[in-house]
Amino acid sequence: MMAQIGPVAAPAVDWAGLGPVLALALGAVVAIMVRTLARRLPDWVDWAWTALVAAAAAGAAVSLWGRVGAEGPFNAVGDQFGVDRFSLLVTAVIAVSVMLVAPVLHGFCQREGWSGPEIYVLMLLSAAGGVVMAGANDLVVLFLGLEILSIPAYVLAARNLARIQSLEAGLKYFVLGAFSSAFLLYGIALVYGSTGTTNLVGIRDYLSRWVVLSDAMLLAGLALLLVGLGFKVAAVPFHAWVPDVYQGAPTPVVAFMASAVKTAGFAAVIRVFVVAFDLRSGDWQPAVYALAVVTLLTGAVLAVVQRDVKRMLAYSSIAHAGFVLVGVQAASGRGTAAAVFYLAAYSVLVIGSFSVLAAVSGPGDSRTGLDDLRGLNSRRPALALGFTVLLLAQAGVPLTSGFVAKFEIIAAAVDARSFWLAVVAMVSAVVAAFLYLRIMVAVYSSPDGGDGAGDAEESAEPLAVPVLTGLVVAATVAVTVGVGVLPSVLHDLARDAIPALVAAG
Amino acid sequence: MEPTTGWYLALAAALFVIGAVGLLVRRNPLVMFMCVELMLNAVNVTFVALGADLNDVGGQAAVFFVLVVAAVEVVVGLALVVAVNRRRASATADDLSALRG
Repeated sequence: MMAQIGPVAAPAVDWAGLGPVLALALGAVVAIMVRTLARRLPDWVDWAWTALVAAAAAGAAVSLWGRVGAEGPFNAVGDQFGVDRFSLLVTAVIAVSVMLVAPVLHGFCQREGWSGPEIYVLMLLSAAGGVVMAGANDLVVLFLGLEILSIPAYVLAARNLARIQSLEAGLKYFVLGAFSSAFLLYGIALVYGSTGTTNLVGIRDYLSRWVVLSDAMLLAGLALLLVGLGFKVAAVPFHAWVPDVYQGAPTPVVAFMASAVKTAGFAAVIRVFVVAFDLRSGDWQPAVYALAVVTLLTGAVLAVVQRDVKRMLAYSSIAHAGFVLVGVQAASGRGTAAAVFYLAAYSVLVIGSFSVLAAVSGPGDSRTGLDDLRGLNSRRPALALGFTVLLLAQAGVPLTSGFVAKFEIIAAAVDARSFWLAVVAMVSAVVAAFLYLRIMVAVYSSPDGGDGAGDAEESAEPLAVPVLTGLVVAATVAVTVGVGVLPSVLHDLARDAIPALVAAG
Repeated sequence: MEPTTGWYLALAAALFVIGAVGLLVRRNPLVMFMCVELMLNAVNVTFVALGADLNDVGGQAAVFFVLVVAAVEVVVGLALVVAVNRRRASATADDLSALRG
């Protein structure tokens, strides 16, 4: 028996509410069209336009922030896409990430001899997908956002065609990404089967009113959703792709993946589990607890034994994902605020760190071993100092944003009475601190320490750091220290970033 | 005997597991793509069966989105295989081992 299909009612669309998505997606389309028709434009137009478009998206998010404050959260398209302060803050983090990565990408493209707007266009489209994920009020929309986010990211990872590692990274990222999408989708199908809807508002409503008949199906669906999203946010044991992809992909692209892509993935996790399935938190909290413990410990321990700095930072990003999972596990307003704070602070940190690596990696983007950083202090003292601040912040040293972020997460875990999880998080932070010290020792050691004379000669050659990359590193250091000294501004923003599910009006 | 929804769901689960195991076992990227397609189509069967069971069009509507996404994924995936093949004569997953910790 099929349902009778009546005339299809078009959903009410609030175009202003879609502002950030429209800005990013249309900006990308305009960029590729204009650059195809006008090939003589100078190369700097690409990054400037990308940063401008991202700034427009961030501006739209700021204006919507005020509107949500005055009118409360609302739906932009039917009941499929919600606008609340949580999605707006995540949107702002993604947009700022694009703004910071674009100038670094310009210097990188010039060094590698790449021209053309496609890498910027793909990054803008990917960011648009992330914004869709942050506001999705329906599991199918969430899946579409995830794919819009991921598919350009696969291409970005493989962009360095001259380097076989980059192609390998792209192919691995693609295969495991598609694999995880299939799991996520199967989870969506099973949740649909047990609750009769894919709409997050409808699911929450259904769970609050009825006892689910096929509980096994719902639990299997939840588990598959957790697996699918766990791949995207790189939680252990679904992290296998991260080290390979981070090592192989072009360095500025890694900065984008570690900031915007990870933030969007966690936004989806919070929206689905903490908000829509809050009534079943007894079912998913133990699973997230276990994931957080394994992620924190595996990420920190494996980071220490690596030889390649990009691989080290990849494992450290897994440990950072563990911290955010601790905030998710709390399943409270405080936990969500701490997770958003952590993601915002970490995005800036990680972009700064990978920007330094993008400058150091040299033509071909392959000099990222720990030995290649030796003597950075004598070649570029200012860059070495900025890198040191960023690494200290990643380790969670006081007076940096990393300390405040870790403090908020542990406070939220203690608040939720997850004491052992808080202890594990602190142990992980201590182990990871050793890793950052190891990188810092390399930066400040002398280039010819024990090595042959040929090495010293090679290291003494000046390191060309593009002005824009230097400015981005300076900006990220300023934000890191600024948030560390005055955390209240970002703290208040994160506290106000409450996710909401609004039924169709 | 009229097949019930449960049979369709069991078929879909079997297809999904075959796809997942195939992706983990096989080493040729093209076969791996086929396994991903098998997994996605298993989900499609699940959606349609559950949609018919619930007497709701939402399940069938979801299938269209899945089909589009599957097509897009294949486009990108095949492009990646071509790009790898230009550098290497054969493209099996075992040949791609430049990235090691």
